[in-house]
Amino acid sequence: MIQRILYSKWLGLTIALFILLLLLPPLVPRFFVYILGLIYVTSLLAMSLNLLVGHGGMFQFHHAVFYGVGAYTVTLMLTKTSWPMWIGFIAGPIIASIVGLFIGWFCVRLTHLYFGMLQISLGSLIWAIVFRWYKFTGGDDGIHGIPMPPFLASLNQSYYFILIILVISLILLYLILESPFGSALQAMRDNPQRCEAVGINVRRHQLLAILIATFFAGVAGVLFVVLERSVFPDLLFWVLSLEIFIMCLLGGWFTFAGPILGAALTVALRTFIGKYTEYWTLILGVILILLIFFLPEGVMGYFVKVLKPQAKKVPARGNP
Amino acid sequence: MGFLPNIGPAELLFQLLVGLSRAMILFIVCAGLSFVLGVLRVPNIAHGSLYMIGAFATFSLSKAIGGPTGFWLALLLAPLGVALISLIAERALFRHLYQREHLMLLLFTFALALILGDLVKIFWGAEYRSVPAPEVLKGSISLLGASFPRYNLFLIFIGLLVAFALWFFVTRTRIGKISRAAAVDRDMVGLLGINVSWVFAAAFVIGCFLAGLGGALVAPTVSITLGMDQTLTFEAFLLLPLGGLGNMWGALVGSIIFGVTQALGVLVVPQFAIVFPYAAVVIVLLLRPKGLLKSVW
Repeated sequence: MIQRILYSKWLGLTIALFILLLLLPPLVPRFFVYILGLIYVTSLLAMSLNLLVGHGGMFQFHHAVFYGVGAYTVTLMLTKTSWPMWIGFIAGPIIASIVGLFIGWFCVRLTHLYFGMLQISLGSLIWAIVFRWYKFTGGDDGIHGIPMPPFLASLNQSYYFILIILVISLILLYLILESPFGSALQAMRDNPQRCEAVGINVRRHQLLAILIATFFAGVAGVLFVVLERSVFPDLLFWVLSLEIFIMCLLGGWFTFAGPILGAALTVALRTFIGKYTEYWTLILGVILILLIFFLPEGVMGYFVKVLKPQAKKVPARGNP
Repeated sequence: MGFLPNIGPAELLFQLLVGLSRAMILFIVCAGLSFVLGVLRVPNIAHGSLYMIGAFATFSLSKAIGGPTGFWLALLLAPLGVALISLIAERALFRHLYQREHLMLLLFTFALALILGDLVKIFWGAEYRSVPAPEVLKGSISLLGASFPRYNLFLIFIGLLVAFALWFFVTRTRIGKISRAAAVDRDMVGLLGINVSWVFAAAFVIGCFLAGLGGALVAPTVSITLGMDQTLTFEAFLLLPLGGLGNMWGALVGSIIFGVTQALGVLVVPQFAIVFPYAAVVIVLLLRPKGLLKSVW
């Protein structure tokens, strides 16, 4: 597998891009650094969702809950306890994946839309509690001005921290997808009955996938706090869940890097169209409809299809 | 103080009525969504946007027409306008996508919701609007020692009327029967020589008409504003599986559970009132994941 990665034609491009992104912060305005940071955080969130949606074929409709749980966990650890800060950073993803396991345990008994519906209801319950529990979570105001350790004092330092964690997470996600577990996951997406028949425990694999995905969603939540220094209940709201779901579809949900592209496009569109007109969602809607009609595999899916060496077209029989 | 703070029967009855009238609005909108979900198999995220357009259109129409007839005409015209919008969207765009992946249809309705939401912002702006209820329905009636707002009683009446009309439509009319058949087996309906594409269009338009009707009916009871679409879409998707997806009576059961638990929650713990309906949904779905009644999925 290592050999395959080393000889991959994408490797050089990826490393060049990484080096470029490392060099950027001193050269571009502060605002761009912030937007790039936001794109990284959102990308990681969308990537973690796509492990379930694109590769696992599960209708994870309320993924933002785990992002929010990660963000709130690290925030509450940093503001309400005097424990060392790194404990909060580690606790975020772990609590997120425990909650994920708990919700997932109920959901994996169901399939498709019922899976998604049960998850929406369980997730919304968590959202409603966070939204209303003023004493503990700050309610709909959220918590602002979260103290950060000194090595994350400036925006550029946060940027590097987020970028490095993102790259490590992406490498881990890639290795997971290339592992036998990843292959089993994709096989379960395509034919769950057959997988069951050849002896794969579908539910256990799905539960493990949920555990991994919610862990990375928690990591994204922690990174959001590092970037933004505040949390609010919108992080757990279903609109965000829907948005990241759309990012996966938009970028190309059967490709590895598609969600990154989808997240980058969505965040960039919102920021730059939002500068010129308040009606940016109208433009986003029109772009989405154009994409649905003309690039049904998503943007990345389209490029993968075009760049792939095509088999020579054989004329259909009886139709020369 | 026990588990329940001292609640008089009058208060309880009053909250029950408020909950029921809210449930009727939810029912009218969700019955439409459920119908679309059953026949087209598409979770229509734009449904809440059509509800919002119905409410805004009622505001503009009742103001433009004016007088006591204004509201009643608006109540009729606003849902028809919404139905027209949905017909255009369906015939121009949506019908080309039926063969696609299901999630693509979801993506399309999301894009439609984004576009409609911003169009409402362009036409009506971001201010809060309110529609006065007509003279006949203002004030309240006192009943069993509590005073009930007349409009809420009117809502419950209309809700029951819509339920009856829908029952008549799906069991007694030809198009209703065909759409029920299409919900179960669309290929077979096509094989019988029925134009399934137009059945889908009719189902979509009827569902969206109900969304507009719900919006028009809710207009005098709330302040009409942007964002009411998101709240409603969300509540609708939560309560639909309660009764069974695509089942009209399921929408009624789900709406009543949702509306009443919320209203009674206000009496018990006001701060966590919004948690109650979610908890009710979770409990029902954990026990019966496919809903209380039969689902068409």
